[in-house]
Order: sequence, then C-alpha cells, then structure tokens
Amino acid sequence: MSMTRTINVTVNGTSYEHDVDVRLTLADFLRHELNLTGTHIGCEHGVCGACTILLDGRTARSCLTFAVQVDGHSVTTIEGLAEKDGTLNPLQRAMVDNHGLQCGFCTPGVLATLTELLNDIPNPSEQQVREALTGNLCRCTGYSGMIAAVMQVARANCNDDGRQ
Amino acid sequence: MGVKQFGARVARLEDTALLSGRGRFVDDIKLPGTLHAVFVRSTYANARVLDINASEALAMPGVRAVLTAADLPTRMRTQRMPMLVPNTHIKTLRTQHCLAVDEVRYVGQAIAVVIAEDRYVAEDAAGMVFVDYDVLPAVNDVRDAVKDGTPLVHPEFGSNVVVEMPMTFGDVEAAFANAPHVFHEDMWQHRGGGNAMEPRCVLASYEPATELLTVWSATQTPHISRRMLGELLDMNIEQIRSIAPDVGGGFGPKAIFYAEEAVVAFAARHIGAPVKFTEDRREHFLCATQERDQYWNMSIAVDDDGTILGVKGSLLHDTGAFMPWGIIMPYIAAATLPGPYKLKSYNLDITVVFTNKVATTPVRGAGRPQAVFAMERLMDRVAHELNIDPAEVRRRNFIQPEEMPYPVGLTFRDGKPLVYDSGDYPKGQEVALEMSDYSTFRDRQAAARAQGRYIGIGIANYVEGTGLGPFEGVTIRILPNGKVRVATGATNQGQGTRTTISQIVADQVGCRIEDIDISIGDTAAIANGVGAFASRQAVNAGNSAFIAGTEVRGKILKLASRHLGVPEEEINLEDGIATARTGNKPSISFGELASLAQGMPGFSMNPDDSVGLEHTAYFTPLQAAYCSGCHVAEVEVDIGTGGVKINRYSVSHDSGNIINPLIVDGQVQGGVAHGIGNALLEWMKYDENAQPVTATFADYLIPMATDVPTCAIEHVETPSPLNPLGVKGAGEGGTIPAAAAIVAAVENALAPFGCRFVEAPLVPERIVAALSQAGAYGAPVR
Repeated sequence: MSMTRTINVTVNGTSYEHDVDVRLTLADFLRHELNLTGTHIGCEHGVCGACTILLDGRTARSCLTFAVQVDGHSVTTIEGLAEKDGTLNPLQRAMVDNHGLQCGFCTPGVLATLTELLNDIPNPSEQQVREALTGNLCRCTGYSGMIAAVMQVARANCNDDGRQ
Repeated sequence: MGVKQFGARVARLEDTALLSGRGRFVDDIKLPGTLHAVFVRSTYANARVLDINASEALAMPGVRAVLTAADLPTRMRTQRMPMLVPNTHIKTLRTQHCLAVDEVRYVGQAIAVVIAEDRYVAEDAAGMVFVDYDVLPAVNDVRDAVKDGTPLVHPEFGSNVVVEMPMTFGDVEAAFANAPHVFHEDMWQHRGGGNAMEPRCVLASYEPATELLTVWSATQTPHISRRMLGELLDMNIEQIRSIAPDVGGGFGPKAIFYAEEAVVAFAARHIGAPVKFTEDRREHFLCATQERDQYWNMSIAVDDDGTILGVKGSLLHDTGAFMPWGIIMPYIAAATLPGPYKLKSYNLDITVVFTNKVATTPVRGAGRPQAVFAMERLMDRVAHELNIDPAEVRRRNFIQPEEMPYPVGLTFRDGKPLVYDSGDYPKGQEVALEMSDYSTFRDRQAAARAQGRYIGIGIANYVEGTGLGPFEGVTIRILPNGKVRVATGATNQGQGTRTTISQIVADQVGCRIEDIDISIGDTAAIANGVGAFASRQAVNAGNSAFIAGTEVRGKILKLASRHLGVPEEEINLEDGIATARTGNKPSISFGELASLAQGMPGFSMNPDDSVGLEHTAYFTPLQAAYCSGCHVAEVEVDIGTGGVKINRYSVSHDSGNIINPLIVDGQVQGGVAHGIGNALLEWMKYDENAQPVTATFADYLIPMATDVPTCAIEHVETPSPLNPLGVKGAGEGGTIPAAAAIVAAVENALAPFGCRFVEAPLVPERIVAALSQAGAYGAPVR
C-alpha cells in the first residue's frame, strides 16, 4: 500500500539521496533510515518538542514533518552541533556547566530551539529564553539549568561583541 | 589525597553523550531483523471480550503474527501478573492478565498484539483486528464506586472496596472530646501521571544457540523485570539479561513491571526474531500507571494556642482496576501525614476502591504530596481560625531537633516503626522564611493590594521516608589495564547515578573519576539489584559503593605494601597509583597490582592475598532515612482569568550529607516543577464511562518554562546516623510539599474575597468560580 519517492536532503552537512515512503515522518527518517538517533520522539503529536530539529536553520517538529517535505532542504540535528573534532559548542558546554539536562531525552529539541534563539537574538533576556522554551517540555529539570545555560552563552556573546 | 569528589559540584559524566546525540535509549538500539509490536487495546472501560478477529490483519503484507491470550505460554495464559508488595489488609487482590482473558476492565488494556516488519504496518494492522465486545457499565468516580448498586469492576468480589484499614495512635476520640477547637476540611486531591518524556519502550531478543533472552526496557527496575520475566516465561533468571540503558525519565510509573514487557519477550522467543515495542504518548496516558484521585475528609483538634491535640479523618483512594503495587500509596500517605509536627493522637481510616481505570501506583512523591497537602491545609485553617501567623502555628507544633530520634507512633511501609532518624524542622522553616523575605511580605502584600494586585504566600513543611530497602549493590573491580570497573543494580533515568556513584568510588579507591568504567542497570553486570524508586539509590547504592570501595582500598594497600616493602600506613592511593610516602617513594600502579592479584599459573597465592582486587557490597538499610524540608511559595493571581503566576519559590531541604550539590539542586528544582503541575495544571480526566479525555499534551498540561520559576534552594544538612555516608534521598522532596504551599499562597492572595481552597489541581476555572461565588465580579451570575 505504500508509495515511495526519492528525496535529496542535506543533514548535518552530508548529502543523502533516499527512497522513502511518502508517509514516513522526518523523525523516523532521521532515526531509522540515517541512524541519527539523537533526535527523540516524545509525543508524536507536536507538543512536547523533543523531536525539534533545524530545517534550513529554523526550528521544525520532525514528528509532524514528512521526510518528503525536506526534499531539497537542509536539516541540522543534535549530532551536527558540536565542533568537527567532537568538542562541545558553547551552548552544549554551558548545558553541562549549569546542569541543563537530566535524563537527556528532551535535550535534542531544547538545543535546536536554543540554537535558533541565540542565532536570532545573541543576548536574549531571561523572559525571551523562557518564552522560546515553551515549545519544549522537560519533566526533569524545571528548566532553570537550561535557562542559566543560555544566559551564560548570552553573557559570553555580549563580551565578544564588546557591546553593553 | 586528590581533590575530594564527595560533596563537590562535579560535572555530570552523563552529559557529553546526551548533548551530542550519542545517548542510547531503548528505541535507539538497532538489531538486525527487528519486528515491531503494536498492541490492540480495549476501547471500553468495562466489557466482556466475545471475539477477536485477526484474519484481515494477518493477511496484510509485512504482518508476521497477531497474538492473543490463547497464544501465550501456560503461566501467562492461565494466571494473572505477579504482585510484588503484598499486604494482609488487601481483601481481594487483582492484577491483570498479560493479554486480556475474556474481559477488559479499563480503556487501553491490552487485548492482542500485532507483530509486523515495521511499526507503520503494525499500526495499520492493529486497526484491522476486530474485537467484539459486550459492553458493561463502568464506574469512573471513586466516590460512586463505594455506593450500593454501582457497577462492579470485578463482580466476583461483590464490592469495589478492596481495603479498609485504620492507621492510628493515641486516643483520638478523647482528644477530640476535650478539645477547645475542632476544624474540619473535605479535600479532593488529584495527581496525574509520571509523563516521562521518553515513553515506555521494550526490545527483546532470544538467542536459541545460548538460550539467552535479552530484554532492553525503559524501566527503573531491570532486576525486578528479570525476575518477573523468569516467572512469566518459565525461564531460569540466569537465562535472562535485563538492561535499562539510558532511560528518559522515570518518576515512578517506569518502576512497574508491565504486561507489554512479558508479551514482547515472549513474542521474540516465539517468533525467533527481535521484537520492539515503542509506546506512543496516547498509550502512555491510557496504560502507564498514574496516581489519581484521593478524597481526604479530615478534622484537627487544637488547644487555644494552636497546639495540636489530634487529627482524624478518612482517606478514599482510587486504585484503578488492578493493584500491581498493592496499597503502597495510601499507606505511605497515611504514614506521612503527621510530618514534622507532634501529634498526640491520630486516626485515619483508609478505604481503597477499584474503578474502571488504569491502575494507580507511585508517581514522584507516592502519596506523600497528598498527605502533606491535607496536613498543611489543616494547619493553615488553624492559623486562620485562631488568628495566629501560619509560620507561628507550625513553629508551636514542631518536633524539636533534640527529640531525635523521634518515634511517631506508626509503622512505616518498610514494616519498621516510623522513627525519624534526624532533622531540624524549626531551622528548616526559618531558613525558608528567611529566603522568602517572609518578614516583609505583609507589607509587600498590602502595597500590591493597594495597586489592585493580588499576591499571596504559602508555607508547607514535610518529612519524607527515603532510602528504603531491601538493598542495592555495587561491585568494584580493579582491571589489569588500571581501569576501575564498577557495576550496580541502581539505575539512571536522569538522576546522575553514574556521576554520584563514581564520585564515591573515586574517593574511596583513590582513582581518577575518568578511569571508572561503570555499568548501570544491567543484570549481567551484578547478580542482585532492585532499582530506582522511593528516593533510595543514594542511600542504598551510595553506601554500597562506599563499603565496596573501602574493602577494595584495603586490598590494594595490603598488596602494595608487600610489593613496595613499606607499611600500609605509609602508602598514598591517588590517581590509580600506590605510592610510598617514605624512602625513595617507590610506586606501583593499580593495573600492575590487579595483575599481581591474579597470581601466576601453577603457583599458590600468597596466603594473605585475596584473588582479584574486587569487592561486592550490598548495603541494606535498617529503616528509612527521613528527609525533610520547607517550601515557601509566593504567587500572584490574576482575578480576571484565574491565572496564577509563581513569583518566587524558596526551598530549604535536608537530604543529609550531599554527594553532589549540582545534582541535588537539580532534583529539587525539577521536583518543584512537577509539584507545580500537580498544584495548578495536571488533571487526568475521564468521562462518566471512564473514557480518558485528556490523552494528549494539548489536553493534559505539564509545566512549561514560563510556569516554573528558578527556586532559591538552601540545604540544611543533618546527616543520617543510619548509614556510613550520612545521606538521605533527594529525588522526591521537591515535589512533595509544592501543591500545599502553592494552593495556600493562592488562598492567601485571595483572602480579601474570603476564598478557601482545599483541592489540587487548582485550575483557573475553579479560581474564577470561587471568585465569582465570593462576589468578586459583582452579584453572582446565575
């Protein structure tokens, strides 16, 4: 009953050409076709945000996106955030420093959201961080660690730019 | 000595992998040829199953099997699931069948399972399995379930009431008869589910050549899983390896052994291919165990100065259709109620009742939040009626630190007399009040009211039995390459178990934390284990690590002493090297010592030496270690919408000596978030037919980043005298008093309207309704 289509997609800088079922979600494509299991599925109805990835640099729910929809586009997942040598990037490092994760299940989506936020607003207010995070449910941390992590990165951005 | 790890803010060893997408959760594990299981579940809350027709499903391409109870092995087919925590008060025990046999008792109960080549096909096929039901009336509300003539969940018992038991001490009737003041409150408390972000997941693989069944499960208790699988599949437990790899949150519901785990394991053995079941969120709402409704009808008797003379009342507990963990929750609730206060007499009549809903089992706090809510609401009532400050009325009733150890007068759920081992409750409250600027609050409140803003403050104290037995184990083994292998039956769903155990081992053995290779939650790595629940792992596994580490240290020193030719007292163990402090300071590495401890082929061991540098310790606590704390919530209520904003949240917390403050603070903050959900948001609703109506995250709300303030947290450390490390549990304390403090704060904010609240969750429509009734919007609208 299934129908397939060929897609070309760039994921974390690598190009892929795959035949996919038209009903295959992007989350399942990433996890089970590309074996990028860092993207997690928490609700399959677009609320919890664990599956959030960056699609052409903007956040998207990979559980509500079909793989065929990313044909010709570029996807970044949690596996694509660290430096080439595996060194954690400043946001990832700040998450360690501030205990921004516990079980780590919501973390891939949280990192996607916060990456987008910091790209848009390098020095966000705490309220802006909280509002950005409303699309990501975390049951473990009570959010304070991840908020502190962003504020740490924001301070560093601020110092780098010599502003304020 | 190197830098001491115990007590330090050591960065978590778990984080780098999880932040890089290299975690390994059950659904991430790929085995060639894996088939996928999707369960066919009851769409009715009470029904007889007349027929299951799977012929169309079986004909679909990619479908390998549809299994019903009739296909299961004898034990699974003919008997119900095992019950782990018996109690003589349970009159009519019921657990469920692995797959329904002739009847279903709640929506979501598993009836059949489709096994197919991919999950999409299995979902399609599950929709093509046709179940013919004879639908029966269902009972939803626990208050209805006790009435005559109500539908019976299990008609063979003749009643829905499964337990009636008192929890009592002192002469409560005499206390009430002579009391100058008696106040009464009827309270409803609802708690929802655990809702870990990772749904349940099971992967099973059976290897005929070795007759070994391997089961990966998103569980808090792999050793218990193995035991259950052994019983249900009629296998020697040595043929079963249960693994809990990275697990994405637990919070209680993942401590339960579920039918799906046994069915998936059987299917893998039966079909001869690995089988995976990945729960979706809707199934989690329907089928993962929850807490739910408790009704507390309570009275308190006090003196003119607010001194408590007695507390009495009743607790009605909704256990759902089955009781896999017995009466743990109502029992804990009843034993938790006295809290940090001196009660001269107490009686609680507990009634546990079946309803046509999924079973209730512990969720973070396990009945304690409800008990604390009941007691703290009574204390606020006393304060209000006698016009005493809420902090002061508590102060007048605290057990004093010099009264420790303090026998409460009850038996706790561990079967031991309920004796608080340590704690300083007056100090705990003073610290929290200080953090919250309590002394200036009345002025701030008056100023806010003058601007038309409604702010309020609420206090809640609690005492929590943590670190329950029976035991946990830790094996430490020095390997010939110098690495330190550690294995524990303790598990990790985000608590940082890997980090805290490693800290203790590094200190005791004298190695670098990065040289520790630790196995968590794998039954192949350590013979016996229990797992995560009851805030028990720091006490049980932590002390096992301490004891095993001390033993291994002794063995290292003895062997090093002989090889270095210096007395043990003159040897330093640091960074995995034994170095003499004297002479020309000879040294030998742990790796070399580990090789020496294996002896030489054909030669006798030195009579003083033990074989291998290793030790396994199983610490078993004598009784619970009692954690305590005080929460002060400051809220602002929007009287237009009923919305509540928590402006400030202060926590004093005593979990004894702290292994890692970074982790403990995270546990507290996360626990408070869960408590905020219970106070204001989380409500698992069922309609009158016991159909769940809040089975998505859009309908059932858990706290978001804008709902949870960053808490001010201070630790009041009174070490437990009951274990070598002096630690107590820390995983649930954040949740336990939160609803009590927040609802008190909302009531305080709306004091000008005279609103009173004795329920949780306190959702906006309830607040608006109370304000409306109080005339806040003018004359009540009919």
